[in-house]
Amino acid sequence: MENKVLATSSPHIRSNENTTKVMLDVIIALLPAVIASIYYFGFDSIKLTSIAVISAVATEAIIQKLLKKEVTIKDLSAVVTGILLAFNLPPSAPWWIPLIGSVFAIAVAKQVFGGIGHNFINPALAGRAMLLASWPTKMLGWENPAGVDAVSAATPLQIVKGAEGNLQPLTDVILGRVPGCIGETSAILLIIGGLYLLYRGVISWKIPVSYIGTVAVIAYFYEGSLLLVGYHVFGGGLLLGAIFMATDYASSPVTSKGKIVFGIGAGILTMLIRIFGATPEGVSYSILLMNVATPIIEKYTAPKVFGGAKK
Amino acid sequence: MSSKGLTFRGGIHPPHFKKQTEASPIEEAFLPKEVVIPLHQHIGAPCEPIVKVGDNVKVGQKIGDTKAFVSAPVHSSVSGIVTKIAKRNTPTGSKVTSIVIQVDGKQEISEEVQPKGDLENLKKDDILKIVKEAGLTGMGGAGFPTHVKLSPPEDKKIDILIINGAECEPYLTSDHRMMLEYPEKVVLGTKAIMKALGVENGVIGIEKNKPDAIKIMKEAVKSEENIKVAELQTKYPQGGEKSLIYAVTKREVPSGGLPMDVGAVVQNIGTVSALAEAITTGMPVIQRVVTITGSAVKEPKNLLVKIGTRFKDVVEQCGGYTDDLGKLINGGPMMGIAQYTDEVPVIKGTSGILILNKKDSEKPEPSNCIRCGKCVDICPSGLQPLMISKNSLLRKFDEAESYNAMDCIECGSCSFICPSKRPLVDAIRVAKQEIIAKRKKN
Repeated sequence: MENKVLATSSPHIRSNENTTKVMLDVIIALLPAVIASIYYFGFDSIKLTSIAVISAVATEAIIQKLLKKEVTIKDLSAVVTGILLAFNLPPSAPWWIPLIGSVFAIAVAKQVFGGIGHNFINPALAGRAMLLASWPTKMLGWENPAGVDAVSAATPLQIVKGAEGNLQPLTDVILGRVPGCIGETSAILLIIGGLYLLYRGVISWKIPVSYIGTVAVIAYFYEGSLLLVGYHVFGGGLLLGAIFMATDYASSPVTSKGKIVFGIGAGILTMLIRIFGATPEGVSYSILLMNVATPIIEKYTAPKVFGGAKK
Repeated sequence: MSSKGLTFRGGIHPPHFKKQTEASPIEEAFLPKEVVIPLHQHIGAPCEPIVKVGDNVKVGQKIGDTKAFVSAPVHSSVSGIVTKIAKRNTPTGSKVTSIVIQVDGKQEISEEVQPKGDLENLKKDDILKIVKEAGLTGMGGAGFPTHVKLSPPEDKKIDILIINGAECEPYLTSDHRMMLEYPEKVVLGTKAIMKALGVENGVIGIEKNKPDAIKIMKEAVKSEENIKVAELQTKYPQGGEKSLIYAVTKREVPSGGLPMDVGAVVQNIGTVSALAEAITTGMPVIQRVVTITGSAVKEPKNLLVKIGTRFKDVVEQCGGYTDDLGKLINGGPMMGIAQYTDEVPVIKGTSGILILNKKDSEKPEPSNCIRCGKCVDICPSGLQPLMISKNSLLRKFDEAESYNAMDCIECGSCSFICPSKRPLVDAIRVAKQEIIAKRKKN
């Protein structure tokens, strides 16, 4: 045996999954909604999405270069953050909004804490929260999507909460023919993306189902009408949040039971904000609050050890 | 039974890689010129040599023994002359006093080797004595002395014997071939152990990726009303002792406990076949079936190899290495131990020699944990590998212990599944060693 052999520890085979493939799956799952956003909001959507993605990737690369760390933009996680941030913007947002949002999301929410996996809150939502607090009027400039002729441009949830306007038919809400953030309007395409992620094993059903289920149950008791439950579920940012944001690996529990607790908690908070808060939404802040609670949820939802070891 | 077969919670589905050898009948390996027989091939006390340099030895002659209970004697696999008794490398990674024998090629059988007669005429104690004297150990890899497993304390009532035919390690096919080619030995060995344990219930567990073995073993136990074949889901680590007991009986071996705590004893296919041999011919464990396979061996095979044959002699019979040898492993790819030399001998626990090329040997670069939670989902012990590993790397071993690090069976599923290629099981092993060291100190 003239050749030198490697003597590394077991296991000697690894799955062919890697971080880039996981993120690529998320991007694929988001694509239908990206296309819908372009269909409904045209160039605004292309502009906002590309600025958000480019700024997110550039910020990640620059910071890692400055800190003399390995540049990891090829893991595509910054692309996901960029798309999700753009999805949370109204079509009328000026060009610098996604730029500042992405820089904040990557620099402050992600890299300051150690990069991928270490962000304790969802970077895209942190970016959105910062933008909403700083430039509220720019973040709430709703427009009707292409092909919709209506006097007001209030979102369905604003109207449900009492704003002026004719409540859009639920079919329009499900298809995305309503005002809203560019990525959140098409319920059906977000669900298709979610099913793809489930099929690929990227996310589990636990957070989306428990989150959406909790919102639906509370909405039913509050509104007293199944039709209005439909608006709560399909009409705002819930699907985008529950499928793509609340399932962010780094900021949600890794434990099975923890995921359910996380989803139920986010659902309760969302409905508390929608019912008692000043805004008709509430998904972003609910997820951010649950992000902060994740370590403690994990602590109390450890899986049952085989053979029943005590903690 | 579900259509997928009996199973446990968690687990992974690595590629099988068994095609190379699963259809290759067992061939008898050539006699090497020299064998190196370690006196410590099992868990427990090492043996003392009972031959000296210059002695002539015969096949099946006992050459190492000890009075310790947890141990197993060692026998010569060849006839020849003892040329050296010295420390040698073994595939378990430690240097062990070994007996080097120059082979004379006559293969004269020792007078000690005498058939033990029909199982019907053997009593419980007779069987235990045969097991002990034959040097039987767990031949799946761990190498626990078999007679110890068959001597549970009075208060542990054993009611089921499970024969492990899962062979869940990728690449390996030695148990598979034994079931196909010597089903009667498997059945006889199983009956003998059931008699030794006084149990009425024997189950042979086989993964469903071996339908031919399931069929043949079902046929072989047709007239045995106390022995059944259980079809197991093809999933790693199905052949892990605790996973297997759970799959078959739905009993959980308690944390820190042993199979006997839930009334079960598990034996490997190789072990029961070897016992059958020890009863019918009286021959102790001097050879075993080894799968030689992988991307860097020219002719993968299942060989019946004399204990003490050096890996290099075995590989030579398989056409040798290809040009891009990368890794040489004792055992399978999930739990096997990588060797740094092919001078090490085949021991009782060598179920396979896996030879990988450079590409297959590459250790991927780890990146940040993305907390995807896959390791938590698949851990057969219900642990959170990412948390134990994280604390271990920070040298917070008390924290690691609070995440039940000691319940880890080191199956490696977490490292396999990790998309960030993190060395999870490595970090957990470190934590376990530190925790054990601390417990010893206190």
